[in-house]
Amino acid sequence: MSALRTAWDELVGLFVDDGALALVLVGVCAAVGLLVALASPSPLAAGALLAGGCAAALLASVLRAARR
Amino acid sequence: MDLAQLAPTTGAAFLASLVECVEAATILLAVGTVRGWRSAFAGLFAGLAALLALVLALGPALSLLPERVLQLVVGLLLLLFGMRWLRKAILRSAGIIALHDEEKVFRSEAANLRMAQASERWGVDPLATATAFKAVLLEGVEVAFLVLAVSAGSPALVWPAALGALAAAALVAVVAFAVHRPLARVPENTLKFAVGVVISAFGIYWTGEGLGVEWPGHDLALLVLGGGLLLAALLGVRLARRPAAGKAAA
Repeated sequence: MSALRTAWDELVGLFVDDGALALVLVGVCAAVGLLVALASPSPLAAGALLAGGCAAALLASVLRAARR
Repeated sequence: MDLAQLAPTTGAAFLASLVECVEAATILLAVGTVRGWRSAFAGLFAGLAALLALVLALGPALSLLPERVLQLVVGLLLLLFGMRWLRKAILRSAGIIALHDEEKVFRSEAANLRMAQASERWGVDPLATATAFKAVLLEGVEVAFLVLAVSAGSPALVWPAALGALAAAALVAVVAFAVHRPLARVPENTLKFAVGVVISAFGIYWTGEGLGVEWPGHDLALLVLGGGLLLAALLGVRLARRPAAGKAAA
């Protein structure tokens, strides 16, 4: 059981280092998905929101780590 | 498909996979040096077999998903994977966390293996074989993701990308076998920085496609995404350096 737990932790560790960053990234994607489905924004606005949101999440995570 | 399309895919997969192959080679060298090469090779081949089984099982399953769902799932995984790499590369470039040191990893892994009690089952040391197996499987899964990322979801580009990854593995194997020590001179953080930017850009692109975002300029949007992420990452290095310098002075 503990070997399975270790394998699972290692697998999750491939994608998640800072849990808050992962959550915010998924949140940004979900928000853009909802916006596209409900409000049909222009492709440029939707793309800029997705890319900008992800870049901002990355910068916030880096600055949080730097201040620790 | 001409060389102008194949060369960037193969080259990107080669450079990205080089980092992972070097990390796996360091642990295999530690296992082989401390506990014997038989256990190291047993772990290597078992890890490669498990990786092949995983790719053969999941590869066709991925193609069964509807296109939009596949784009979203692969895009999100690439985004999380790429951002994790990029974050770590930024923090290392800014001096917040230490650079990855293959010599140090080798010494630490070798010390752990020396401390553990030696045992033998079916002609190999189970702990050493498991250590080598885990290293090969985990780094191999990362290489599989890199191949998926640089082939940009196009089945025609998977083989050129896989060829680049195999070339990296072969080169690392030959050099590691020749020098018999960790390959500490590979500019790992620079490679991770560049690859993190590329994979994150692909992740954002495919996630957007899956969510129904119609990228202006289609594939060309990848260049804009990559350029934007590179600028954001360089800004991150600059901003992260300041508080650290302030902390040191205080």
